[in-house]
Amino acid sequence: MSDPAFTRPEHRDRIRRFAALVRKETYQVIRDPSSILIAIVLPLLLLFLFGYGVSLDATRTRIGLVVESATSVTQDLAASFQASRYFEVVNGRDRREFEEDLLVGRVRGILVIPATFAADFAAARAPKIQVIVDGSDPNTASFVQNYAQGVVATWAALRAAETSARAPTIAVEQRFWFNPELTSRNFLVPGSIAIVMTLVGTLLTSLVVAREWERGTMEAIMATPVTAGELLAGKILPYFILGLASMSLCVLLAVVLFGVPFRGSILALYALSAAFLVPALGQGLLISAATKNQFLASQLALISAFLPAFLLSGFLFEINSMPTVIQWVTVIVPARYLIPSLQTVFLAGDVWPMFGEAIAVMLLIGAIFFIVAWRNTRKRIA
Amino acid sequence: MWWTRLKALIVKELLAVLRDPRGRVILIVPPILQLLVFSYAATLEVKNVDIMVLNRDSGAWSNELIHRIDGAPTFRHILRAQHPEAVRDAIDMQQVIAAVQIGPTFSRDIEAGQPADIQIILDGRRSNASQIVAGYLNQIVMGLSADTPGGRRMAPAVVSVVARNWFNPNLIFQWFMVPNLVASIALLIGLIVTALSIARERELGTFDQLIVSPLRTHEILLGKLIPPMMIGLFHITIYILAAVYIFHVPLRGSLLLLYGGAVFYLAAVVGLGLFISAMSMTQQQAILGAFLFMVPAMLLSGFATPIENMPSWLQPVTLVNPLRYFLIIVKGVFLRDLPLSEVMANTLPLALIALCTLSAAAWLFRRRLE
Repeated sequence: MSDPAFTRPEHRDRIRRFAALVRKETYQVIRDPSSILIAIVLPLLLLFLFGYGVSLDATRTRIGLVVESATSVTQDLAASFQASRYFEVVNGRDRREFEEDLLVGRVRGILVIPATFAADFAAARAPKIQVIVDGSDPNTASFVQNYAQGVVATWAALRAAETSARAPTIAVEQRFWFNPELTSRNFLVPGSIAIVMTLVGTLLTSLVVAREWERGTMEAIMATPVTAGELLAGKILPYFILGLASMSLCVLLAVVLFGVPFRGSILALYALSAAFLVPALGQGLLISAATKNQFLASQLALISAFLPAFLLSGFLFEINSMPTVIQWVTVIVPARYLIPSLQTVFLAGDVWPMFGEAIAVMLLIGAIFFIVAWRNTRKRIA
Repeated sequence: MWWTRLKALIVKELLAVLRDPRGRVILIVPPILQLLVFSYAATLEVKNVDIMVLNRDSGAWSNELIHRIDGAPTFRHILRAQHPEAVRDAIDMQQVIAAVQIGPTFSRDIEAGQPADIQIILDGRRSNASQIVAGYLNQIVMGLSADTPGGRRMAPAVVSVVARNWFNPNLIFQWFMVPNLVASIALLIGLIVTALSIARERELGTFDQLIVSPLRTHEILLGKLIPPMMIGLFHITIYILAAVYIFHVPLRGSLLLLYGGAVFYLAAVVGLGLFISAMSMTQQQAILGAFLFMVPAMLLSGFATPIENMPSWLQPVTLVNPLRYFLIIVKGVFLRDLPLSEVMANTLPLALIALCTLSAAAWLFRRRLE
């Protein structure tokens, strides 16, 4: 308190007012069980779902295998399918046996080894195998196609090696950096941490502040000497801390429970998360100031924050593959900048040029949200 | 007599949601916007990605390979690297999703009829997309391999796999996505609208007035059940129209079956919403409670990943999820003309869920009355 500026009465008042506001908001957070629900229970649930429930990994898919005529060659090929760890095979003699199963989804594909296969194969007359897949789920359809092709290619290569008639071909050696086992959990769990922070930052904040507008307690606070800037800052500080706390909880669980590697630094993790919370909280305040109604705020938060964080951030779907207009929309989705950086902190390590850019853009978006929210709040006072 | 009372309540409930012009807008515009944006955005195809090539070979075959990669629609730009450090940096910064390295003896090996090899480095942080990219690259290399002198000699002996896609021959992603979104967005809207209905009255104190009115418990429940179902059916109708006329998803099955399934689905969703609403004391709790149900319901419905891929201890949990059954009905009726017996088999669980949640909600009301 040696600084003369702090001893000036208006400054002392300002600090006291601000401390009182922060204390009020903190009590509100701690008292309301729903904040605990969203800051602790929901993150745990999401992490759990992405850790166990949602898996994009190759797993066993049920297919019907039709061997139209049993010879040693076709039996050998059928055995390769039965041994594959990607397929759970149901055997049959005629494709019609499986047509209804495919219609109702009991099998995902039908693999037919035609009656002429053995003869064509022996005579090298372009032997063919047919795969019928359920196109109503394109992912699973291409999965079944690709793996069926893989099984056949491996089988053919083995047969050729036995007869030593193998022609030299081009071998492809592929290496997946950062995640060699291709565990989808390793990139889903870091991504879901961004979703958790969106929930705390935007959904919870917009609900709480909208409730104050709805009940009229916001006007009551405005009647006090608090300025709009102080009011907003006081509102968000507890949620900022809550957001970081629930992020920390998630990271701890990701590493300890799910064994996701953490190769970057704690500093980078907190810098990125703190920068992300600025636009997330700004958006929450903006939504509540614009709607002043809990129902509208919750809907807007869902539509403008939660769903874009899920679908337009590169979390599940590649941004490059989207139509150009939608790619423009993703530019203002803060999670788009956080998710690749978080995945990098976890799986690759610190890549500061990438993080610096992400942090700068997130802060910029945040600043815009705050300015608009501040103007909106100030207008009410005047 | 009871019908007049019920009608009054239904009108009141509809007014509560639709009176506010902003409320009307939020019930109509965003769901349609979502359908449009998400059905185009949510694609697991990979397009327009950049790729790096480190070519140490000076022969014709490596140029041919690069030429073919360049010609593939998947790849937008091909960046040339001069040394391995450039590859590392570009992958680290996610400037490229994959890098192809061609060794100095590539063309020589092919001409000499010896096994040649190339190396592909992929970004495992985006392991889903990079696996798809690896698949495309492998196909290009296989094509090249078949055109080499050695490959041409072997051609007749190569076993080919001929694929046929039923129900969706060109694997158009929107045909999958739009029916999925129809069911999910209806859940999103239905649950929130209902969850708020009782909680709002409690918060405003009008719930007590409702209780002392001549309405019986089951009438209150019906009055709370029917309006959100009307809103839900309205939404579903718009989505079906959009699916057929904007996205050109074929509607191969019976519309009647689809609506039959939708009525039970909405009853189940609204039942869940009322149950959540009856449990919560404030609107905020109701919204968060609805959310707490919605997120797992979406993730464990078979929408993003097939249910059979989930761990076996988690699969039984999906049995109480209404979205799971309605997804089968919507996708089935749209794309594959699902037979009546299958629609019934998936409607029955929906009816059961509706029955359980509505009775639970009624019990919670009555407990409140005493």
